[in-house]
Amino acid sequence: MSTKPASQRNFDALQKSLVTFGSSLSAIAFALVICGLLLLVTGKDPFAAYGKILETGLSGDKLLEMLKRATPLIFSATAVAIGFKMNLFNIGVEGQYLFAALIAAEMGTRVSLPRPLHILFILIVAMIAGAAWASIAALLKIHRGINEVISTIMLNYIALSVIQWMFETFFRDDSDGGLNVKTTEIAPSGRMPDLVDDRLNGMLIVALLIVILYWFVIFRSRFGFQLRASGLNPIAARTAGIPANRMVLIAMILSGAIAGLVAMPAVIGDVYAYGPSAIATQFGFAGIAVALLGRNHPVGIVGAALLFGFLDSTSAELQLSGIPSSIVKVIQAIIVLVVVIVNEASSRRFNRRTAERAALALKSLDTQ
Amino acid sequence: MQAGSAKSSQTLSAESANIVELKNISKSFPGVIANRDISLQVARATIHAIVGENGAGKSTLMKILYGLHQPDSGTISVNGYVTQFKSPSEAIAAGVGMVHQHFMLADNLTVLENIILGSEPTKIGVLSLGDARKQVKEIATSIGVEIDLDLPISELGVGQRQRVEILKVLFRGAEILVLDEPTAVLVPQEVDELFTNLRKLVATGTTIIFISHKLDEVLAVSDEITVIRQGSTVATVLPKSVDRLKLAEMMVGSDLPSHGKRTTKVGATIQLAAHNLTVLGKDNKNPVQNVSFNVAEGEIVGIAGVDGNGQFELCEALLGLVASQGTIEISGTDVSKLSIRERLKKGLAYIPFDRQREGLMLGASLWENSLLGHEQQLSRGPMIDLAAAKNSCREIIERFGVTTPNELVPAFVLSGGNQQKLVVGRNLATAPKILIAAHPTRGIDVGAQAAVWEEIRRSRDAGMSVLLVSADLEEVLGLSDRILVMFDGEIAAELDPKSATPQILGKYMTGTR
Amino acid sequence: MITKSKNSRLLMFVVGALAVISSVRLWTGQDALTSSSTIGTALRLTVPILLAGMAGLWAERCGVLNIGIEGMMIFGTWFGAWGAWQSGPWVGLVLAILGGMLGGLIHAVATVRFNIDQVISGVVINLLAFFGVRYLSDLVYVGKPGGGISQSPPQKWALPRFNLPILSGGEVAGWKSPDVLGRLETNRWFIIGDFGGITRGLTSDLSWATVIAIAVVPLSAWLLWRTRFGLRLRSSGESPVAAESLGIKVNHLRYYGLLISGGLAGLAGGTLSIVASSYYRQGQTAGRGFIGLATMIFGNWRPSGVLTGAMLFGYAEGIKLVASDSITALFLFIAAVSVMFFVLAVLRRKRTQIFVALGVFVLSAVAYRTIDTVPESLTQSLPYVVTIVVLATANQRLRPPAMAGVPFRPGEPH
Repeated sequence: MSTKPASQRNFDALQKSLVTFGSSLSAIAFALVICGLLLLVTGKDPFAAYGKILETGLSGDKLLEMLKRATPLIFSATAVAIGFKMNLFNIGVEGQYLFAALIAAEMGTRVSLPRPLHILFILIVAMIAGAAWASIAALLKIHRGINEVISTIMLNYIALSVIQWMFETFFRDDSDGGLNVKTTEIAPSGRMPDLVDDRLNGMLIVALLIVILYWFVIFRSRFGFQLRASGLNPIAARTAGIPANRMVLIAMILSGAIAGLVAMPAVIGDVYAYGPSAIATQFGFAGIAVALLGRNHPVGIVGAALLFGFLDSTSAELQLSGIPSSIVKVIQAIIVLVVVIVNEASSRRFNRRTAERAALALKSLDTQ
Repeated sequence: MQAGSAKSSQTLSAESANIVELKNISKSFPGVIANRDISLQVARATIHAIVGENGAGKSTLMKILYGLHQPDSGTISVNGYVTQFKSPSEAIAAGVGMVHQHFMLADNLTVLENIILGSEPTKIGVLSLGDARKQVKEIATSIGVEIDLDLPISELGVGQRQRVEILKVLFRGAEILVLDEPTAVLVPQEVDELFTNLRKLVATGTTIIFISHKLDEVLAVSDEITVIRQGSTVATVLPKSVDRLKLAEMMVGSDLPSHGKRTTKVGATIQLAAHNLTVLGKDNKNPVQNVSFNVAEGEIVGIAGVDGNGQFELCEALLGLVASQGTIEISGTDVSKLSIRERLKKGLAYIPFDRQREGLMLGASLWENSLLGHEQQLSRGPMIDLAAAKNSCREIIERFGVTTPNELVPAFVLSGGNQQKLVVGRNLATAPKILIAAHPTRGIDVGAQAAVWEEIRRSRDAGMSVLLVSADLEEVLGLSDRILVMFDGEIAAELDPKSATPQILGKYMTGTR
Repeated sequence: MITKSKNSRLLMFVVGALAVISSVRLWTGQDALTSSSTIGTALRLTVPILLAGMAGLWAERCGVLNIGIEGMMIFGTWFGAWGAWQSGPWVGLVLAILGGMLGGLIHAVATVRFNIDQVISGVVINLLAFFGVRYLSDLVYVGKPGGGISQSPPQKWALPRFNLPILSGGEVAGWKSPDVLGRLETNRWFIIGDFGGITRGLTSDLSWATVIAIAVVPLSAWLLWRTRFGLRLRSSGESPVAAESLGIKVNHLRYYGLLISGGLAGLAGGTLSIVASSYYRQGQTAGRGFIGLATMIFGNWRPSGVLTGAMLFGYAEGIKLVASDSITALFLFIAAVSVMFFVLAVLRRKRTQIFVALGVFVLSAVAYRTIDTVPESLTQSLPYVVTIVVLATANQRLRPPAMAGVPFRPGEPH
């Protein structure tokens, strides 16, 4: 019973990540070809469009914008990925983060604390609010057996209603004659400092910290192992004594807590308040895309968020040069679809090859 | 003949009185030879039983006849034509129909819809439900089946579902009906009903091939019996010419297993005990009814029984996976209110019935699989101790002889036997006080089987209590210090393995008194 | 025998409900509760929800979850409006259907051919549709009079509308027939006035698109339960393994199911941009694809149930538009209905039903006494809340297709 030397094993692991990375890359290339054809059919020159994207995206100040646009995506994708790691599909990040944004923005005006504590307070409130909203879906699943896909979709729309109602009835700041469609502004002590003045705020650091924490908790901690086991084979996990319901609840709460941070770059870094039109929507769904593209892996998530951020950052310039900027979003959607399809096919192939290679290795063991 | 769609040569075989002839069929799967040179002749309009132990190769043979598997060698002739079925639809077209042990029915569709599905009588695509109803009614009456055609399947009991399966096959015009363990899921009255139906069916000219390991039924219902052991035919006999004992001997072989002579003594302290354990069922029937037993230190108590007589539920109840009434004691303390994890902490370990379903994460690496259930011990603070976890997996691989390139490969690359060794190793590595082992050697090769048995014996000698659930008589007789036979949710008998024979065991396992 | 007693029970139920709502109307003086304008508006709002719900039903019946209905509807609104703007409303409706089918095809290729997760595919289709039509608008509508990135130019023609002759004063060959129901409605008598209002609302100022949409319900029921195609399609959603073992090509049927699903979703979108308005607008679907999904669950995956659910949600939306101050009267209606259920439950001695009815009564009675206006923002979430409540309380009685959402690979051992 010999085992391979460590260098060989590292090589195997490296090879696997290379295969993963390679197949993702070729999927992206293939998606770009499809989008190129779309551009061509609609009478636009794909080479000009891609050229423009590269040209603008790689300029210095656009790289800053890329980082800025990637920040909320990192939060959102991490939140989705936690769910994916145990086969929970949290489509409700959208509702969770908008709900958290309103509550955190409002609560942030109600306290006066010194700077780091004030910021921390707002972030924690946002996480609690997101977690609370997400836990509704978890409780419905545990106690009533309702699939989280359906419940989180419904809860997204319910969240929109509740947020609108709470905002209009309680939290809207009418001090300047009703023109201001925002909550009261958060005091300077609760504002996140900028990394680059007015271009990039400190939430990027928080996002990276969260991703590192995600990696540690999910891939290195005992709890993370139990969570992944519950996703890989729920029956085996339960038989091994891992409490299924509690894992659902905790996973959903963690997911919701991180979802709560999605709008924070805007709330405490940009707008300093909540406003229905001041806080961008759709990050929840984009997060699903980024998590899929990054295969729920921390490095993948950051990479995919940067790719999306990069594409997004070029949209204004693209529009100016006569190419509709929404093509950027279309490219993103097609990339995700193709990558998911290619992943599905390549993981089946990879599994088959692994099995064959293992069989071969065993044969050679036998003959020795 | 419609079999023309399959590759069928037009050579008419000589003895066409036989409707089915299998000649020299061999079939092997990686690591297992399922059928070895099996031949079988089935006469027209008879009930032909095929008996054998679990894993003797009966089901594989029938799946070959039904086109689900292709034989490695040998020929199949149906109605005198040598043929080869590449898929079930070709077999159906040739008049072969199969009722699987696990029914293939759509729960939310009605009885009628399930029966006609795939060969619906229609007029320009519109279902002729009236015609269909009439046809099905006719078939049903001809074999004495009464059933409400408009009920959804979900509202039917197991016996009725089976009847729907039979009607479904007959509706397609099958002349040859293969029934895979049809009585395994039925209660005695339903079995009687089924046999009445089958007799009527034979009277209409249909041929029935009937797979079973319940000898009394086989003797009662069949016209001819073929016995299969370890993938080969032992003999084909007439029910008149044999009795149960003779048949059982042919089935398990005359050489009785050698009792592993133990040199150590069974201890005095009771480590696992159950008192009046009952698992409530969904209907009126409880899968486990008033079961009491205890297992002493260093003792192996075998629970013998045909699958589906409550062993699965018993194990789930002991582990805490299902709710139960009565008490369960580990080392004298009542654990019946404790969670699964707390019971495991008290020294319980469990080798599950189905390693892939309940035991392994197939997509995860071996070390992660061996870690499952032992996260607590192999952690440093809240973090997993990776080095320790991988080390422990390497130890299991080494000690239990798991054949694998390394501990990093995913579990799905291992053969069944090696997967099982991993599961067994995971549970024995931590030296538990009590092991519940359900079919610890099912579906694995002889070498792996011996290794697993040896490990269980060794742990027993070290003082571990074992509750061994098995349908493999050799295993039960060879390992146990005491044998409890479970039938219909209850303990039917307690036997001493030294004096028990497969025949006596078989008698209690099949509920004959 | 059975059908007869079923029919008479249905009749009793309808008359009973009419009596209750009529009493509530007379008690509160909220004539809008059953006026023909409320009902007509409700019907118009019902149509897209109904079609979206049927789109969900067709997809799940063949075994595929369709989270992408919203996206397919968006395709429908855009292509429908474009076709109607270019060559008239009928061409528009056809293009709407084709646009939706494009979405259905993408979903089918992704989930059936390539076997990816059905929820993921649906989510991506929603994103793709939302931004895809924005891209197209930028190319086609920007710079046109009345058009822009988020809006199409207004259409020149509208679909014809008609009143039913004799009943609601429609014209037959130039002769203006009497408006019988209209007269019934104007007298506002107990029950009769309400009957007149409701039926007139359903038979006057009808668009042909509405008629087509309603016809989808019996047509779908007939196709799914009375034809070979339908039986096989349902079997693909209930037990693909069993279906495959009987020689049925599950994946082909799933393609057909998803194309029909997409077509219906596209038509739903088309009715929004061609019938309910005369131009495409970004966000026009406003989550109706998901309300459709909710309706499908509420309707227990049955065409008649989907119709009921769509009418309920459509009515709730309609009364809000026509007479928002009537909403509080609905609390009284709910209270009255729960009293009826309470009596029934007591007679049947169903304990849980008694408590539920009592609880609903207390809640709605309190709501009627205390709430003067219901915030608009909260009423929007009604369909979603109702769906969660239905799932939470009636989960045992729901019969979704058993294998909807489970990927199926033909020819693999199961």
